Amino acid sequence: MTGSQPAGPRPIIEATEVSRNFGAFVAVDRMSISVREGEIVGLIGPNGAGKSTFFNLLSGVMRPSRGRVVFDGADITKLSPSKRARLGMLRTFQLSREFSRMTVLENLLVAPQVQLGEDLLPLFTRRREVDEIERRHFDRAKEVLAIAKLEHVENNRASDLSGGQKKLLELARTLMVDSKLILLDEPGAGVNPALMKTLSDMIQMLRNDHGKTFLIVEHDMDLIASLCTSVTVMAEGRTLVSGSFDEIRQNRQVLDAYLGGAA
Amino acid sequence: MLAYIVSLATFVGFFMLLAIALNLQWGMTGMVNFGIAGFYALGAYTSGILSSKLGLPVGLAMMVAVLAGLAAGAALALLSGRLRDDYLAIVTLGFGEIVRLIILNEDQITEGPRGLRIAEQPLAGWVSVENYPLLYLGLVVLAVAVAFALSETIRRAPMGRVLRAIREDELVASVLGKAVLRHKIRIFAIGGGIMGLAGALYAHYVQNISPDVFLPMVAIFIWMSVIVGGAGNNWGLLLGAGIVMVLLEGSRFIGDIAPWIDAEKLSAGRIILIGVLLIVTLHLRPQGLIPEPRYRNKFQRKS
Repeated sequence: MTGSQPAGPRPIIEATEVSRNFGAFVAVDRMSISVREGEIVGLIGPNGAGKSTFFNLLSGVMRPSRGRVVFDGADITKLSPSKRARLGMLRTFQLSREFSRMTVLENLLVAPQVQLGEDLLPLFTRRREVDEIERRHFDRAKEVLAIAKLEHVENNRASDLSGGQKKLLELARTLMVDSKLILLDEPGAGVNPALMKTLSDMIQMLRNDHGKTFLIVEHDMDLIASLCTSVTVMAEGRTLVSGSFDEIRQNRQVLDAYLGGAA
Repeated sequence: MLAYIVSLATFVGFFMLLAIALNLQWGMTGMVNFGIAGFYALGAYTSGILSSKLGLPVGLAMMVAVLAGLAAGAALALLSGRLRDDYLAIVTLGFGEIVRLIILNEDQITEGPRGLRIAEQPLAGWVSVENYPLLYLGLVVLAVAVAFALSETIRRAPMGRVLRAIREDELVASVLGKAVLRHKIRIFAIGGGIMGLAGALYAHYVQNISPDVFLPMVAIFIWMSVIVGGAGNNWGLLLGAGIVMVLLEGSRFIGDIAPWIDAEKLSAGRIILIGVLLIVTLHLRPQGLIPEPRYRNKFQRKS
């Protein structure tokens, strides 16, 4: 991390000296990051730098061996993924993981967290309320489908979507929830240029109009350059440097890390 | 002949109950259960022992059998909920065998291999002895209808949706904030309860139950019903249960048509027939005869 940051919006997530090893291999090594409300922070680095593992540590899919993660003022280091999600942290996956045998609409409708109808008893005793909530989620889903330009495929099975559409669907799913932070793991991977524009516009719009905060792992430097308010470069499990995209681009170490990693 | 058809239909009813339960657990939620015979036996013996040995009213004994199935389902799901699917398969298979072996080796209460006589029957004396099987069939049909309605209600509700999400990708469901383990325990318990009910109904129908009925083979037949009928679809599995039972029972008559096939060959051939049916289904129609319906939201209007 750079030493002192200007006083601004409060940090929504702060990871401090987070480490994770697999046996003797240290995948993430005393990694720290801080994302403030309304930021779009890019996390880049060569393959094998530990970005995806770090994401898993932040979202609770894996537990860190050491270190601490604070989300919205609360220590969440030991919380399960579902509890983190309920606090407002959502994520997508590098290889899109849609509910493949469910329709696009259904994929969205699963996401909201207040769902009385997910319990058995209310289905019989509080039918009207269940329906009202379902109606609200349905209306929301229609809006989200419009934002993500997926309206025309809403009744298709998610497995029938193109790779890019699946990425959009994953992002769309996070919009069904009032999230405080969205972690995107390579949203641009395998997305064709036309859909990339939709995706990028969507992220930009969510930040500008809805005040959403993002942390994005991405290899597509154009996407990073156009979206991110700041960028952190990760190599060999730790932060190499962070700053604005232009600062990063001129950094000698960064070039070495990428070239070294590619060689 | 009518008596035979009524009896066959009653047995189809037991199969349908078990298949509805397995569909909730596996078809909808993706939780493997190879211990169906264990739940079935648990229900049968619970209700049988409580009514014949402790003199509990049959209705009450059957209710306790349902609760026993619920509890066993919840316990198994809790124990293995965090394990991968294949472990659940092993755990449930083990559970089924444990239940059977306890029944077999216990002497005082379950009467071991001699089998348990159960004189008590529900609604006994309401109708004449000749008509009682028909009344019993009505009771079984009612139970199937209730279980079916419950399962359909779940399938169409947000509850069914979250279960399907868990089936498709448990990790994603949990990063969306779903309490996956709680959902799994609940549906496995509900399935266990329905299987317990099926066992209780079976026990009071045949009135003489012994451990050799509750072999792991029962699970195979029910799996067959769900797979052939169409996993995730309640109508499909009713059809599947009917087909499997008719094949099992109907093949009995092959002996009349082809007297040169002896009984031993016949019973082996029956199993082969079931196996062939499974292979053919998986090749030609892996989604089952009536596949899982594609979801339609009730608020959607066809425009």
